[in-house]
Amino acid sequence: MAKIVLENLGHSYSANPNGEYDYALKPVNLTWQDGKTYALLGPSGCGKTTMLNIISGLVSPSHGRLLFDGQDVTNIPTSERNIAQVFQFPVIYSTKTVRQNLAFPLECRRVAPARIRQRVAEVASLLDLGYALDMPARKLSADQKQLISLGRGLVREDVSAILLDEPLTVIDPQMKFMLRRKLREINRQTGVTMILVTHDQSEAMSFADEIVVMKDGLLQQSGTPEELFSRPQNDFVGYFIGSPPMNMINLEARQGVLATDALSLTHQAPTESSNLLYQMGIRPEHISLVDDTVANIGVGIIKKIEHLGVDGIVTLELAANVIIKAKTRKHTQMTVGTAMGINVRHNDALLYRDGVLAL
Amino acid sequence: MLQIDHLTTADAKVSLDDVSFLFEAGKIYTILGRTGAGKTELLRALMGLNPLTHGSIKLDEKDITEEPIRARNMSLVYQQFINYPHLSVLDNVAFPLRRQGKDKAQAQALASTMLATVGLGEFLQRRPAQLSGGQQQRVALARAMVKQSRILMLDEPLANLDYKLREQLREEFPRLVADNDESIILYTTTEPREAMELGNTMIVMHNGSIIASGAPAELFANPSTKDTASVISDPPISFIPGFVRNRELYFNEGHQAPSEGLLLPEDGPVTIALRPDAIEPDGAFNAKIGLSEFSGSQTIIHLDFDFGRAIMMVEGIETFAAGDDISVSIQSEHIMLFAPDGRNITLRNNQHG
Repeated sequence: MAKIVLENLGHSYSANPNGEYDYALKPVNLTWQDGKTYALLGPSGCGKTTMLNIISGLVSPSHGRLLFDGQDVTNIPTSERNIAQVFQFPVIYSTKTVRQNLAFPLECRRVAPARIRQRVAEVASLLDLGYALDMPARKLSADQKQLISLGRGLVREDVSAILLDEPLTVIDPQMKFMLRRKLREINRQTGVTMILVTHDQSEAMSFADEIVVMKDGLLQQSGTPEELFSRPQNDFVGYFIGSPPMNMINLEARQGVLATDALSLTHQAPTESSNLLYQMGIRPEHISLVDDTVANIGVGIIKKIEHLGVDGIVTLELAANVIIKAKTRKHTQMTVGTAMGINVRHNDALLYRDGVLAL
Repeated sequence: MLQIDHLTTADAKVSLDDVSFLFEAGKIYTILGRTGAGKTELLRALMGLNPLTHGSIKLDEKDITEEPIRARNMSLVYQQFINYPHLSVLDNVAFPLRRQGKDKAQAQALASTMLATVGLGEFLQRRPAQLSGGQQQRVALARAMVKQSRILMLDEPLANLDYKLREQLREEFPRLVADNDESIILYTTTEPREAMELGNTMIVMHNGSIIASGAPAELFANPSTKDTASVISDPPISFIPGFVRNRELYFNEGHQAPSEGLLLPEDGPVTIALRPDAIEPDGAFNAKIGLSEFSGSQTIIHLDFDFGRAIMMVEGIETFAAGDDISVSIQSEHIMLFAPDGRNITLRNNQHG
């Protein structure tokens, strides 16, 4: 178990980087507490996998230091870092039994047979795979195979952290849900730090105590799911976290306030005279739709209703051709073409200045 | 119109088992099922890639069961977007037209119009490798669509893309295929939300068979069987064993379940199905919190009752600690009941007669 510190850690794959475009990971400072769950989130090419590979030791960083419990491990090889990894596709020996798969990492380390039996039994019970111990691994479903991959990491008693590189990609949606719950339970019961790499914001939100959002090699925001959801630091985080993305409505400075024709909701105008772009960011979940005769701060015509099951997404056109999306459970009672009143609490309408949270 | 009757195959892994359906022109059909449900096998059988042991395929009344692949007027896009790496984006899309015998100028003109439709008008001269994953998949889509085949089949076309690209292409998709009133589009996916969002008609597959079909919202509200309810619910639907005795509904451990507004079946065992919106905080049922996780502005709470596990969804971001006790209510208007053979036997007072 270990606290992990990234100290001004960065990486360029080019030997002589010229400027920031040459960095796959721009220098970053982060501290990860022992025993918590973290997610590295971003689109392809954002640097999240480079960051993970530096932590596992597969990539040696060109800048900065990596500390496990205060000890500098920047140049220590992977095999000495006590890191367990689970990859996108299950890595198991399909001809061996589940028991043999789980025992293998300990056999390699010449652990006493009695101790191996004990550890394998403990881990199998943790994974709810006790019944399958003597089955050949190839008979298992994809999600069970991923649990075995995880179990082969957990069986060692000296693991500092488990790194999960998009492990749920090949799993069907409903099983993903169950596997995620299992991962969280294992984290709680064993106290082992888990770091998940994913491009899927909903997976990151539900898995992690803290999420690190990356783009173009640059840290965008690091925080709890709640912080990222309710106060995205910039428009990228507002777009990337949440589905559909945060609505961004352009504002104009008039008579001392920043306003839009779409909604009667204003922000204090800045004192500095500027030609910066001001926008109001509103989450689709924070828009409540009411009958247009009820008190409201704006009216929109329903353009589209998407049924997603329990909830739905309603697209509305407001005054000045502003298009917004709202998430609701009342979508089955609404009709395209009708007018709805819109309400948003002032606290839920965030102000962005040139794409950066200003308030 | 595409009519398939009793399609049956004997593939090594997943076989089609007596699949019949009538597809109408101008509609988008989403085929939803888990891995191994037979979705890809169905597309391959239609295409002529998997031999049939039984059944027939008719396109506009003409039997094409024995037609060679190229004569079938169908195109298939796989999830691993396949493009020709040595050709420009323009030539990738013009290629099938050249094979149909169109001259170069005509083929390129049609191809560039199609590429503009999918938002790639600026990238005609690039190579596929110089595009992002989402753009490459749009090239593959454009190449399939430019042929204007009667049947366009898309096999999990977004599965290999980033979450946000998927979200964007899902949003664009209806527009990309908008002026296709002659063609039939078949679109497979494992994601219930994607199937509901994109299909005019949703087809649910399970173990090599079609187990349900219909308008997505209607199927979601009234799934005909337990298997259908399970495949189309995300977050998952919870099934709890129970029984009916003397016109009352019980969970198996003896707790009475709410049944107001429900017309209960005769005495005997039932499965009580709870969707996340059937459970709300505060009420007569006690549970332990197994896990609480965020999903957008909703919190999904896994509950462990004495009588089983279920999932509750609460609006807003709420912090619930695992292991804590919680009391909840169960809303009978959102309960569904299934018979031991899996049939949906939910009847409500207002539906009576």
